[in-house]
Amino acid sequence: MADDAGRVLIVGAGQAGATAAALLRQYGWTGSITLVGAEAASPYQRPPLSKAWLAGTATDADLRLRAPGFYAEQRIDLRTGVRVEAIDRAGRAAILADGTRLPYDRLILATGCAPRRLALPGMDLPGVLELRTQDDATRLRAALSPGARLAVIGGGYVGLEVAATAVRLGLAVTVIEREARLLARVASPELAAYIHAAHAAAGVAIRLSADVASLDGAGLDGAALDGAGDRVAGVRLGDGTVVACDATLVGVGAVPCDALARGCDLACDNGIVVDAACRTDDPAIQAIGDCTRRPLPLYATTGRLESVPNATEQAKQAAAALCGRPPPPPEVPWFWSDQYDLRIQIAGLPVGAVPRIVRQTAGAFSVAHLDAGDRLVTIETVNAVTDFAAGRMIIGRRRRLDPARLADPACPLAQTMLPE
Amino acid sequence: MPKVTYIEHDGTPHAIDVPVGLSVMRGAVDNNVPGIDADCGGECACATCHVYVDEAWLAKLPPQGEQETSMLGFAATAQPNSRLSCQIEMTAALDGLVVRMPESQH
Repeated sequence: MADDAGRVLIVGAGQAGATAAALLRQYGWTGSITLVGAEAASPYQRPPLSKAWLAGTATDADLRLRAPGFYAEQRIDLRTGVRVEAIDRAGRAAILADGTRLPYDRLILATGCAPRRLALPGMDLPGVLELRTQDDATRLRAALSPGARLAVIGGGYVGLEVAATAVRLGLAVTVIEREARLLARVASPELAAYIHAAHAAAGVAIRLSADVASLDGAGLDGAALDGAGDRVAGVRLGDGTVVACDATLVGVGAVPCDALARGCDLACDNGIVVDAACRTDDPAIQAIGDCTRRPLPLYATTGRLESVPNATEQAKQAAAALCGRPPPPPEVPWFWSDQYDLRIQIAGLPVGAVPRIVRQTAGAFSVAHLDAGDRLVTIETVNAVTDFAAGRMIIGRRRRLDPARLADPACPLAQTMLPE
Repeated sequence: MPKVTYIEHDGTPHAIDVPVGLSVMRGAVDNNVPGIDADCGGECACATCHVYVDEAWLAKLPPQGEQETSMLGFAATAQPNSRLSCQIEMTAALDGLVVRMPESQH
């Protein structure tokens, strides 16, 4: 039953938390809404941090999710630079470091995720950077001087987006990946090869199957001091070779920020476990965004998705449930990345070894993933927006496709559907 | 400042001042107008800022790009006067623009 006059407390003021706050007002929540963020900045978009903002072509104002007066106008009590230390479930309050209690009737955890840390010598050297927050991006941007050498540890989306931005700014960039190909956990081999070729053509050096042994520092006189020194000077690989650099970005995935949830004994399993209405196992507490493990009804499984569309989708689910509205229809998860002039759009989840059919024309590329019944489960596209848009629709409708027609890139994807 | 009237599917109007240079989508988002989700933040990647444009205004808008046409082509509720509001940049000439929201952005 809806209780739209209570006190909602949202912990985490990123894409998910800020969207949930706005939607609660849209959906008619009349009670108080408090939005607490650990970062000092007002809620902002993270995707440009590795692209337009890093390249200097987007302003601080461009990053903001909402205009400056928005939160006051919407009677959302936005408190930035405030870190919640613990949740008192029995007392229904969040507790800050100084002991201040923020009471709630409904709590939404939107704590996001944090860059995975490597346990390697030299990780604490100046010049070893990560990218999650705007402050991280400010530090990284300061290191991207033309002519400098950047080593990127990790060939995932964050690392590759930064590599693309940096090489275009005139840096010498080396991407170091432990697996035998780029994007090993998140993209098909075909898409990874296509993106690999674009980076190689742009002049990015790519080292695959390369373990990192340590980050090596240099003293002020430039002498190498393994694992020590004044700032990073090289990445030492398992085979002993050293990739010399002036800065290192570590982009090796992210871990959910579930410490608050664990601290108050909510179920967690690589993410705070939630249902389709984002409810945890405490009926007064929901969780949304990167920090959750959630049902994925189209795939009959659960998973943790790190993406803007997932954050906004779960914000809708949570706000609708609190306001007693019908839930949004099951969505087709999707994701995008921009690298060089490649617009990469993926609909559906790459769910493993299924038949894949590549459709390629000059400048456009897509990979259709079919299940055993020839139903489209995922479509990965590069500069192929029609395949993306049609594919997303087809995945949602669970339609079967004709593999022979699918293999002809001149045949529009929507015309490969078989009769139901 | 030019004004845009956003009309919800149930007929509720919202008259909003939208600064020149911002998109019609941004004007809705910054004022929490219901019915425009704008999931991708204006990247023309998601088609959740879909609006219907009153006929009188349609010809005054910038033409659709390929990306927008394709995204709209598979939007369940698309009509001939559909546009993605992230692709309409506000100008003085668009003062008085009226857009209507579909029943759902899904």
